[in-house]
Amino acid sequence: MIGDELIQLVTPEGERVSSPDYESTLSGEAIFGMYRDMVIIRRLDVESTSLQRQGQLALWAPVHGQEAAQIGAGRALAPMDFTFPTYREHGIGWCRGVPPREMLRLFRAVSNGGWDPQKYRHSVPTIVLGNQVLNAVGYAMGIQRDGAEEAVMTFFGDGASSQGDVLEAFVWASSFNTPVVFFCQNNQWGISTPTSIQSKIPLYHRAHGFGFPGVRVDGNDVLAVYEVTRRALEQARVGGGPTLIEAYTYRLGAHTTSDDPTRYRIDAEVEVWKHRDPIERVKALLAREYHVKIGKFDEVAAEADALALQLRDDVLAMDRPDPITMFDHAYAEPHPLIEEGRREMIELGVSGGAH
Amino acid sequence: MATTTMTMAKALNEGLRRALEKDKKVLIMGEDIGKLGGVFRITDGLQKDFGEDRVIDSPLAESAIVGTAVGLAIRGYRTVCEIQFDGFVYPAFDQIVSQVAKLHKRSDGVYTMGLVIRIPFQGGIGAIEHHSESPEAYFAATAGLRVVSCSTPNDAYWMIQQSIEHNDPIIFCEPKSRYWERGEVDVDNPPAGLFDAIVRREGADVTVIGYGASLKTMLRAAETAETEGVSLEVIDARGIAPLDLEPMVKSVEKTGRFVVVQEAPHMASIGSEIVAELSQKCFYSLRAPGLRVSGYHVPYPPTRIEEEYRPNVDRILDAVDRVMEFES
Repeated sequence: MIGDELIQLVTPEGERVSSPDYESTLSGEAIFGMYRDMVIIRRLDVESTSLQRQGQLALWAPVHGQEAAQIGAGRALAPMDFTFPTYREHGIGWCRGVPPREMLRLFRAVSNGGWDPQKYRHSVPTIVLGNQVLNAVGYAMGIQRDGAEEAVMTFFGDGASSQGDVLEAFVWASSFNTPVVFFCQNNQWGISTPTSIQSKIPLYHRAHGFGFPGVRVDGNDVLAVYEVTRRALEQARVGGGPTLIEAYTYRLGAHTTSDDPTRYRIDAEVEVWKHRDPIERVKALLAREYHVKIGKFDEVAAEADALALQLRDDVLAMDRPDPITMFDHAYAEPHPLIEEGRREMIELGVSGGAH
Repeated sequence: MATTTMTMAKALNEGLRRALEKDKKVLIMGEDIGKLGGVFRITDGLQKDFGEDRVIDSPLAESAIVGTAVGLAIRGYRTVCEIQFDGFVYPAFDQIVSQVAKLHKRSDGVYTMGLVIRIPFQGGIGAIEHHSESPEAYFAATAGLRVVSCSTPNDAYWMIQQSIEHNDPIIFCEPKSRYWERGEVDVDNPPAGLFDAIVRREGADVTVIGYGASLKTMLRAAETAETEGVSLEVIDARGIAPLDLEPMVKSVEKTGRFVVVQEAPHMASIGSEIVAELSQKCFYSLRAPGLRVSGYHVPYPPTRIEEEYRPNVDRILDAVDRVMEFES
């Protein structure tokens, strides 16, 4: 299933392996930091699923199983880089500094976005598959025109890999040599659609046909993801053009809380992937190689629990917005139908019209 | 007042040139727009003068033309996207509706989608299929977008510049059958605001409202009607979304009768919207129901028979007769 091309620096058992093209540059401290990131993201993911089950969120898109792919990629970014996510990039959002409560505004259904994308240099969620990949290439064209040494990274999954927008983005990025990294998390399933009917070849092979490099990395190996992404971003920033990274991973949970994966995939497959857990292997590495004590791991778990409780409090405190706010920012400049709607809503008395 | 005579195509070219000169963040992107100058030559010479980084010959993929313009807008650029023909805008429809129209809202106002999507629209050039359509209602129905149409060289010159400077996304509909018609352009003063309707001919008996290529047809109808003793007031809507209803209301309150002209079929159309608004706002002034003269509810026909599809002088005058003869 996983060919020789897969770049891996740490095995599922937590042992280092050598790769001909990459070696880890991370200190023990940095690895521990990524372990912490992953534990927190997983804990917040569990809390968010619970909040949805308790009727406090409209929906949740779990990231369970993909923590290494996102934290490895997210930590490889430079502050001035810009990212274009889907709706599942909670780990990337975390690395960019987006407060978890802001990431949950979409799922609490109090906002269509949730955070200030310029402040965090992390664009708002894109739900329509593949749209953001073209937007990212356009942003990268802007970087070229500004003469800036910055890169864009955009995220999509195996599910979106069949979308025309993604393939058009490959053409554009190649033809214009834009500073963009296409980060594809191949989590094997697009809701119930397996990767096998999305592509007859490994997804990263597609890049060669478009004229730029593609690389497949073990998406559950945070050290490997970090190195592969870091190099791709560095190349992009200095005019080296685009790279397609296929992070080979697995969606351990459901597509969203509305999904039931037991209808379309077998438990044995899930079990295989549980043995490749992205967090356990780093924990094993840290314990063996850096002699990190159990107490340190416990501290991280306690910190994650505290953040989860804080997130729960924050979500429960998120009230329904004043209905009149629906008219805010529909347009940047005055519009008669917006004024008409506002007026009607105030007359109907459903809002104080304070906005 | 400096005026000069030029074609609408040249006026658009000059308007784009002026926008490129004024603001370094303005870009133009589209298929065949560089060396060729576009299939209608609207961008003729602009790449030569402003360079390939600002006047961008794109690969042939409309969704990407608009989708990358979105990213450029986030980065602070103002891109004028050229869609080669109306019937080719649909691959970009997803980006226009899902991103262009919604990102300002989704980002709580942080992103400004200051981009213009130019679409040569309407028929009358004897083309083959997909080159003569009127897709304006699809965009007008989408909150977050604005739609305008120019009908004279002077409007073309000014409205393209006003659209580029506007902070909301503009679908800019150009009546391709009028590209080569000449008119006076005042290069010092804009004729009106971007969305303002303009009374093009004053009259007393029936208000006739339309936009784009229909303006010339409406003015011809008014000339013919005059010889028959009927006085038509002709209004060029210019702004399609939002509509500038005030001059229309004022006119209909005076005439009590109105006809709307458009090339699109009337189902869920701009004409239908105008009829609905004027029926509501001018109810007590109306002496007859408002009528629509539209394309028929068929795929745009083979163009050897397009003149029987497009509203012509006879069909407009027939509608005028009907509202004049109406007895309540």
